[in-house]
Amino acid sequence: MSNTAMDRVAEATPPKVARRIRGLSDRVIAWIFVAPTIALLLAINIFPLLWTVWLSFTNYRANRPNLPVQWIGLRNYERILSDADIWATMQATAHFLFWTLFFQVVLGFALAWLINRKFKGNDLWTTIIVLPMMLSPAVVGNFWTFLYQPQIGLFNYGIAFLTGVDPTSFSMIGDVALAPWSIVIVDTWMWTPFVMLICLAGLRSIPDYIYEAAECDRASNWRQFWTITVPMVLPFLMLAVLFRGIENFKMFDLVVQLTGGGPGSITELTSINLKREAFEKWRTGYSSAYAIILFVTVFGLASIYVKALNKVKDR
Amino acid sequence: MNFKMIAAALSVATVATMSAPAAKADDLTLCWAAWDPANALVELSKDFEAKSGHKMSFEFVPWPNFADRMLNELNSGGQLCDLMIGDSQWIGLGAEAGHYIKLNDFFDAQGISMKDFIPATVTGYAEWPKGTPNYWALPAFGDVVGWTYRKDWFARPELQAEYKKTYGRDLEAPKTLAELKDIAEFFQGREIDGTTVYGAAIYTERGSEGITMGVTNALYNYGFEYSNPDKPYDLPGYVNSDGAVKGLEFYKALYDCCTPPGSSDWYMSEDIDAYKSGQVALQMNFAFIWPGVNADPNVGGDKSGYFANPPGPGGHFAQLGGQGISVVSYSDSKDAALEYIKWFAQPEIQKHWWKLGGYSALRAVVEDPTFASSQPYAQTFLDSMAIVKDFWAEPSYASLLLSMQARVHKYVVAGEGTAKEALDGLVEDWTEVFEDEGKL
Amino acid sequence: MSGYSITEPSPRQKWIAGVLVIGYALVTLMPLLWILATGFKSSSDAIAYPPKVTFDLTLEGYVNLFTTQTRQTPEYLAEHPPQTWYEEIVRDKGMVIAGPSRFGERFLNSTIIGFGSTFLSVFLGTLAAYAFSRFRVPIKDDLLFFILSTRMMPPIAVAIPIFLMFRSVGLSDTHTGMILLYTAVNLSLSVWLLKGFIDEIPREYEEAALIDGYTRFQAFYKVVLPQAATGIASTAIFCLIFAWNEYAFAVLLTSGTAQTAPPFIPTIIGVGGQDWPAVAAGATIFLVPVMVFTILLRRHLLRGITFGAVRK
Repeated sequence: MSNTAMDRVAEATPPKVARRIRGLSDRVIAWIFVAPTIALLLAINIFPLLWTVWLSFTNYRANRPNLPVQWIGLRNYERILSDADIWATMQATAHFLFWTLFFQVVLGFALAWLINRKFKGNDLWTTIIVLPMMLSPAVVGNFWTFLYQPQIGLFNYGIAFLTGVDPTSFSMIGDVALAPWSIVIVDTWMWTPFVMLICLAGLRSIPDYIYEAAECDRASNWRQFWTITVPMVLPFLMLAVLFRGIENFKMFDLVVQLTGGGPGSITELTSINLKREAFEKWRTGYSSAYAIILFVTVFGLASIYVKALNKVKDR
Repeated sequence: MNFKMIAAALSVATVATMSAPAAKADDLTLCWAAWDPANALVELSKDFEAKSGHKMSFEFVPWPNFADRMLNELNSGGQLCDLMIGDSQWIGLGAEAGHYIKLNDFFDAQGISMKDFIPATVTGYAEWPKGTPNYWALPAFGDVVGWTYRKDWFARPELQAEYKKTYGRDLEAPKTLAELKDIAEFFQGREIDGTTVYGAAIYTERGSEGITMGVTNALYNYGFEYSNPDKPYDLPGYVNSDGAVKGLEFYKALYDCCTPPGSSDWYMSEDIDAYKSGQVALQMNFAFIWPGVNADPNVGGDKSGYFANPPGPGGHFAQLGGQGISVVSYSDSKDAALEYIKWFAQPEIQKHWWKLGGYSALRAVVEDPTFASSQPYAQTFLDSMAIVKDFWAEPSYASLLLSMQARVHKYVVAGEGTAKEALDGLVEDWTEVFEDEGKL
Repeated sequence: MSGYSITEPSPRQKWIAGVLVIGYALVTLMPLLWILATGFKSSSDAIAYPPKVTFDLTLEGYVNLFTTQTRQTPEYLAEHPPQTWYEEIVRDKGMVIAGPSRFGERFLNSTIIGFGSTFLSVFLGTLAAYAFSRFRVPIKDDLLFFILSTRMMPPIAVAIPIFLMFRSVGLSDTHTGMILLYTAVNLSLSVWLLKGFIDEIPREYEEAALIDGYTRFQAFYKVVLPQAATGIASTAIFCLIFAWNEYAFAVLLTSGTAQTAPPFIPTIIGVGGQDWPAVAAGATIFLVPVMVFTILLRRHLLRGITFGAVRK
């Protein structure tokens, strides 16, 4: 496959440029330049993907090299799709996705709007707000378990200080009702700046003359906001949601460090569940099928979403 | 099929052992959990380094990550560890997947006899299949779940009087699990020396094996069995028997009534912290912590007492912990690793091991007349080791454990469903695992 | 409200906006400041109730993070007098040594793997991006989308076959294996970003160079590369930060030899229980470089995090 792709790359090189060169031809250069990347991606992305597809039809277990490997057709897929526990993890993931996106969009947009009021020093504060999202989620997530501890944790103490409830009376990561929110809070803390930055770019991309024209039409600020600002920022916001959506669908490191999926399996997101199946139970074939299902899901949802995004953009 | 596999593993192991080069100074890496006994082993091993000329390195992983990391290491055929002090439940996998070297020939050649070790530790840490003389490890560290209590609090006259008035018996180490709960309830929320204290610190951890290692102490003693004693892998009616349901309900009741707030994900180290900081009257934990408790400036010495897991209506058992030491078959230094085991098995080294805080499994050490009185917890250790029961040690133990963690944590901590539903679900999960294995 | 509008807010609006944003920034900073502070607390201050805002500074956390000494029991301390000046300080201050720490090695691993994979992915990415940017490619969009789609897989899903592959070729728990893996993952980012940067360099420069007698390769090397230097540098930083922060692959595919810091830091334990000052000290050392880079990068931040989809 790479050959044909490469040949097409080379063929497509404009002949007039090709005629002009001395030394290596463009064809060869295109080859040399693209080949290593394609080769590495083939070796570390495509080949493993195909292997995963093959494994998903078997009962292979990576920790039992001595067991015979059997072709079991679609059995793994049937089992996964009919497993209530896996649907529960999907629900947990959906809850996490929905609320993190909701809070990040609301907070991110609000912050971007405020920063765009161009108060003095807004650049500095923007940089400070951005810091959490660049940090290692595993390291930060681990430290948040400390902040969430009843009695000694800063978070509980802060809540107690603000509301007057006893800081020992609730446990964010131990309580069934609170645990799903504990992961939403930390993810929102980390990633609101991401949505904020993109919204800010959106707000800044709106040319002043549009507002000035509206001003002449005596449109109120409120009306300007809904008829100009929101539609113009919407493609940016949707892009931010796309990125965050994909990232949080894959979410593993932060949540595994925070709650480990507990209590019970309340915060067991699909990636954590998949990790348990693949690297603790070592049901390699089964978890390969699981992986393929996740991949198809995220790919499918993302494609539909991108279509919608393009429609909004074209409007 | 099992035996074929063992034979294959055996022949591979033998060939590997024979083709290994003659003794030379090697760098040996020993892998174990990061905990107090590991630090003691580092001290102990200095003698081996001096005598053999080999250099020892250590890779210690904290308990919550231990099984995950080390099984991953073994399953990836990694050469990091030459010696593995792997958890007791890994032995089936270690043997059948060929991670460990079979030690029978080595034991015979060196005159090491498994009869010299506490029988429960040989069964628990060394044998696979269980009950057959096939040895894949040398019992290295005896361990069992037991209880620690605040003797100084128990001795307060005003508390004793109040307890006697309420419960009609003396405030002392409980003789049954029901009494244990009474005591925990008695201390829960009580003011002692100006701080609020709680009843008991118990295992509730979700991520690795914590809550399973805790709940089994209640399950066993209310009548839970892993399977039909006459028909292996026959689960219904044993795993979810009426007794088992009561046991699980007991553990939840204990969690609900008498544990510190926020103790929803606690295992060994959290329990120790709670106990040492004076938050709880009772602590469930593996025996390895007792030397540390005894030496602690705040709760050590006379302030703490120890008792074996109390019996319940269905029997008297305690959850086995502890590990055997195995040679990893992917190691390049198998000869040196065997040399280490030979050195470690010597009675005088085992005696020193006990002195440093390591629970020796050698009978010569624990049956010595002076042993029981050598430390305040020594007798409790012996009593506990006499009643041990272990989790599955099947090659698929991880799947079995993960199901149990999920089912039990969901009921006990998250409070979803009933005990019966949790155990019925467990039967379902386990049956599926054994079906996949072709054992049902 | 005459004179002021959406495009030109009133001073009062600015003032309110400023207060709200600064308030948010301060709240958002709290956890990070708490990490910093906890690193300098003693173990007992770290778990004090209520949480201590003022405390005696101690380096216990940092000492425990880097020490190579084994656990020191009272008997051991009595038998062994301090050998070096720093041991003397540690003993004078009554610090508790929890046992030898492997943090130094893990940090070094992070550095080796981070820089190694960054170099490779930027090198390969620049070449590929140049080809994609300058030569007309019929299925270019498909190829580019394919490269991007490799980022959509959950890392755990990717790790299953990678684990098997690494095991069979002996790359498990090696620096080489991790460098190759992170390079492959980062290639999508570096190709997309660098293509954007190179697209912005006018073709006329190279064409002029070609007419002056440069070969295509010379033109790339002497004309395009210097022009793309800023873009390459910021791409490199993004690749580095990804490799630096990555957890899922590291926890599954490395062990004692090539383990990086993120899977290691959460497992630092002390004398019973997690050693929070040491964890915080490790986190501080680990996070500070990223913060510095973030501040350096702030102009290109948006572009990096959106794979070049949004350019400011």
